[in-house]
Amino acid sequence: MSVPVEDGTGFGLGEQDAARFAGILARYPTRRSALMPTLWLIQDRDGHISDAAVAWTAAQLELSEAKVREVVSFYAMYRDRPQARHVLQVCHNISCHIMGAQPLLAHLEGKLGVRRGETTPDGEFALEGVECLGACGMGPCLQLGKHLYEHLTPERADALVDGLRRGDPPRPDTDRDLEG
Amino acid sequence: MNQDQYRILSRRFDRRDGHRLAAYEADGGYRSLKRAVGELGAAAVREEVKASGLRGRGGAGFPAGVKWGFVPQGAETVYFMVNADESEPGTFKDRYLLDYDPHAVIEGSAISSFAVGAKLCVIYIRGEFGWLVDRVQKAVDEAYAAGYLGPGAFGGAYELEMIVHKGAGAYICGEETGLINSVTGQKGQPNIKPPFPAVSGFLGRPTIVNNVETVAAVPWILEHGAVAYRKFGTEKSPGTKLFSVSGPVRRPGVHEIPLGLPFREFFTDWLGGMADGEELKAVIMGGSSVPVLTAAEAMETALDYESLAAAGTMLGSGGMIVIPARCDMVELIQVLMHFYWDESCGQCTPCREGTGWLHRIVKRLRRGEGAPEDLALLERVCDGMAGLTICPLADAAVMPMRSFLQRFRPEFEALAAGRRATEPDSRWAREIRS
Ligand SMILES: Cc1cc2nc3c(=O)[nH]c(=O)nc-3n(C[C@H](O)[C@H](O)[C@H](O)COP(=O)(O)O)c2cc1C
Ligand code: SF4
Ligand code: FES
Repeated sequence: MSVPVEDGTGFGLGEQDAARFAGILARYPTRRSALMPTLWLIQDRDGHISDAAVAWTAAQLELSEAKVREVVSFYAMYRDRPQARHVLQVCHNISCHIMGAQPLLAHLEGKLGVRRGETTPDGEFALEGVECLGACGMGPCLQLGKHLYEHLTPERADALVDGLRRGDPPRPDTDRDLEG
Repeated sequence: MNQDQYRILSRRFDRRDGHRLAAYEADGGYRSLKRAVGELGAAAVREEVKASGLRGRGGAGFPAGVKWGFVPQGAETVYFMVNADESEPGTFKDRYLLDYDPHAVIEGSAISSFAVGAKLCVIYIRGEFGWLVDRVQKAVDEAYAAGYLGPGAFGGAYELEMIVHKGAGAYICGEETGLINSVTGQKGQPNIKPPFPAVSGFLGRPTIVNNVETVAAVPWILEHGAVAYRKFGTEKSPGTKLFSVSGPVRRPGVHEIPLGLPFREFFTDWLGGMADGEELKAVIMGGSSVPVLTAAEAMETALDYESLAAAGTMLGSGGMIVIPARCDMVELIQVLMHFYWDESCGQCTPCREGTGWLHRIVKRLRRGEGAPEDLALLERVCDGMAGLTICPLADAAVMPMRSFLQRFRPEFEALAAGRRATEPDSRWAREIRS
């Protein structure tokens, strides 16, 4: 299946992603229902969904750009502009609050030298307070990309940030040590 | 008491390979699906699940077999959706099922889809569970390769397609019509019911939405029978239930119990009581949206739908939040009201404006800028929200608000009289649990 790599919107997918996109279209029953997975495909590659990506998606899925944009802005995890390299999202909801979400946020603010909602001047780190992450019994916790970091202490939070600064690959501790 | 005897859903949680197809099959996995398709047929599956009394574990507790029966007879295209949006604060049980036993969820989803005549099943996983989306997709791929799903499955007798759909951060997509709209490629805003999704849902076709934990119980029920399932739990609340427990108890986490277990016993024997230096103040039994109970009320109740209703609260999702004495209840309700205000989808004025009002009034109280009339004002705002909106999110905000106000009124009154709130407690979990 061929997906136009260039269709006048200035946006295109590489070969692998084009194949993935074709797979999405084959799986979902209507073009419109392919919208969310398509936006994820784009964001996973680019880190955000640009205006050109919106135009391209609208053309591919036969939707108006307004409809695509509406969905991008409705869902908190879709981003319409470039993000910091590492976005630390600390849960500030009730269970984590009881177990120390506020001190964790304050500690990270000190460590990174920014306040919640801000990005470091070098664009490396952003710090955000977010709602429940589904790790309530393991709080305080934070989300970084696809993974959760749980049972955080000042030392573990420092180790995470220091590791990321050194360029270590993130070592999620979300999942117990499962095979394969 | 041997707590392991109640582990139906959590029986593979401690294994390192429980998520693998080979391990699942060696454990008897997919036998129920084979039997459903090869021997029983859809009607018999529906009957067995109905007889088991299995109730929906997503929050409302509606009997699964009864809901399946709402699909119009002879409907040509039916869809089945598994609700893995799990975003109710305090809840993290579905995540364990998907992580440690994804094939049980897949088999349960396939049997449930078969029972209602669906050819397409969508597992909707909240976007924050990124690693789980990968894990479940891998398991679905294994199930396709093994011939349990897709073209040619069961010699063409039942060829189910299964999509793993990743959400993108919106609590409201957990509401079933919001979820369906989200899969359609729209904003996840709920619709007015009726029509109910079982009659007109995804793409205008009959659609059944069930929670992860609901479908995960189905393979066991088919294998062991409705009678065996009813040996656990009570007459009206049969079976076992996963509780996700958070707060400073000795053993937080996901625990499976027979419904009807006295809270006192659960708290003492399963959870090990409070962590050192902590004292029990209050318990939210079923996720942040249900009314809070005082410690004394909690100690007198039991963990089943009826007992909790009699105690003035609900079993909800089983997200149990244990609140210690050091917590300021007004501070906690501010956290919750921020959440509901943040997550209101904005369609209904009472919800959009009401959640904002509740949040602002509580915030004002805590800043020491409150007035004695504010408590009555909070109640009036609640009255203007409950039962007046498209979906129950407005009620989900009102229930904690009213119950906090009713059961911990002196804390609100002190602030209304001009006392400034104390600084938030700044301890870390490590100090709390050590
Ligand atoms: C605001 C809101 C959020 C909800 N979130 C969830 C959720 O995260 N997971 C879930 O299974 N059900 C959730 N529900 C309930 C669903 O609407 C639906 O009743 C449920 O998925 C049906 O499955 P069950 O019958 O197996 O419980 C939510 C309801 C509301 C009103
Ligand atoms: S009650 Fe709130 S969340 Fe539900 S549909 Fe109305 S505005 Fe949206
Ligand atoms: S309250 Fe923080 S993860 Fe649920």
